Amino acid sequence: MKLVAAIIKPFKLDDVREALGDIGVSGITVIEVKGFGRQKGHTELYRGAEYVVDFLPKIKIEIAVDDDMVDKVIEAISGAARTGKIGDGKIFVFGLDQVIRIRTGETGPDAL
Amino acid sequence: MKKSAVGRRMPSVLAGLLSLVPALALAQEEAVLNSGDTAWMITATALVLFMTIPGLSLFYAGLVRSKNVLSVLMQCFALTGLMSLVWAIYGYSLAATDGGALNQWIGSLDKLFLAGLTVDSLSGTIPESVFMTFQMTFAVITPALIVGAFAERMKFSAMIWFMTLWITLVYVPIWHWVWGGGWIADLGALDFAGGTVVHINAGVAALMAALVLGKRKGYPTTAMPPHNLGLTVIGASMLWVGWFGFNAGSQLAADGTAGMAMTVTQLATATAALTWMFAEWMNHGKPSVLGIATGAVAGLVAITPASGTAGPMGAIAIGFAGAVFAFIASTKVKRALGYDDSLDVWGVHGVAGIVGAILTGVFADASLGGAGLAEGMTIGSQVWVQFISVIGTLVYGGIVSFILLKLIDLIIGLRVNEEQETEGLDLALHDERGYII
Repeated sequence: MKLVAAIIKPFKLDDVREALGDIGVSGITVIEVKGFGRQKGHTELYRGAEYVVDFLPKIKIEIAVDDDMVDKVIEAISGAARTGKIGDGKIFVFGLDQVIRIRTGETGPDAL
Repeated sequence: MKKSAVGRRMPSVLAGLLSLVPALALAQEEAVLNSGDTAWMITATALVLFMTIPGLSLFYAGLVRSKNVLSVLMQCFALTGLMSLVWAIYGYSLAATDGGALNQWIGSLDKLFLAGLTVDSLSGTIPESVFMTFQMTFAVITPALIVGAFAERMKFSAMIWFMTLWITLVYVPIWHWVWGGGWIADLGALDFAGGTVVHINAGVAALMAALVLGKRKGYPTTAMPPHNLGLTVIGASMLWVGWFGFNAGSQLAADGTAGMAMTVTQLATATAALTWMFAEWMNHGKPSVLGIATGAVAGLVAITPASGTAGPMGAIAIGFAGAVFAFIASTKVKRALGYDDSLDVWGVHGVAGIVGAILTGVFADASLGGAGLAEGMTIGSQVWVQFISVIGTLVYGGIVSFILLKLIDLIIGLRVNEEQETEGLDLALHDERGYII
């Protein structure tokens, strides 16, 4: 099992959610986050006073999937979140030791 | 603004009618209440109060950080109460009555506690109660304008002391000099609605406050962006609307001059808002909401002294010049010199006020579409008189404000301590928060 985490542009969330739904992903977690990468921040100007805002708002999504789904999930996220411009985000893949469904106590792939 | 009760023209129809009835004319010549004038002036008075609460209060509230939003709302509200009482108890008397031998400098104590003001008292064609209250709303907004310079760091108690002394020793005398028959009025200076009395006066006091109090902790390296520009735009819009009462009301009558004052106010403000917007667009690449709102206020300020004398095209020129100079002062000069006039009271009210006061002398001339200069005045001599009135206000207002601030600093201290400043004045001084979300 793997945990796929992706940082995406906030306005792409609906597209990504739809693409993931299409390939049969049954659940995702969405977190509003801030950060910077190569895109850096932006500047704001108030009556001549310029402020550099270092951290931009982004969306982080997390999806726990079985091994055979990982490539399809990466493909779906990359396809839906790509604009081709700087700041599209990144995808991280982690190994996942255990998953437990709290209601039934199921464990492993059955709990996904 | 016309002097109270002096030289009001009787409506010609009424005058003609009265001349047919000599006995009645004799009896009524002194003063006749005009219900149209009265109705307009009651409305104008409400509009000017609306400029301070909530107009200016919201304009300023949006510009500070969220931890200080209540402190500026509180300062404006408290000043509304305080200045109303000061004006009624002795301000109106010292400003608006004849001071006899001292009339060049100050009025008398004849109307202390509004002595003699009854339902029957008239000031020109309107009840004196209306004239006094209209002027009261000016005495409210002028100190409230200064709040922007020391926002986010002044002790509330020190503010109360400073403003009470300032209205007494600066605002009231200058009001008398300009509108009460004092030395600036004698020179023939034109100040229809308060370029010197209100805006230059508040502007220079604000500059002194910014200098004496010093910068906010962290200025200018720490980011201090406005916390809610929506409030600021609402406030600026209310100021724009209320200013019709301020300028058109300063005619103290519902007549052609009042109508023209409204027209020129609208045109100067529209021009200034767009001027600031385009100036920023050219300088920074994007037009900003704060910029267009600030430009509008600069235009309102600039046209104020000229609103009774300039024509429509003169108003456009005044609005343009006011916005250009205020833009440079607030965005370039302030940063170059390094003083922390937090919400740009000097940069907008002081600078646009000076530009407006000087140009009033130019665009009052009939050849430039104005109402015409007084007998014997040329544009050159009128501008010179305007210049003297500006310098007189700057020097007197600046020096006395500086001394008052230093004195209060010595006795009770002007600033909150560093811990309170970091925590924010809302919690530190009022035990309240603006946003509980």
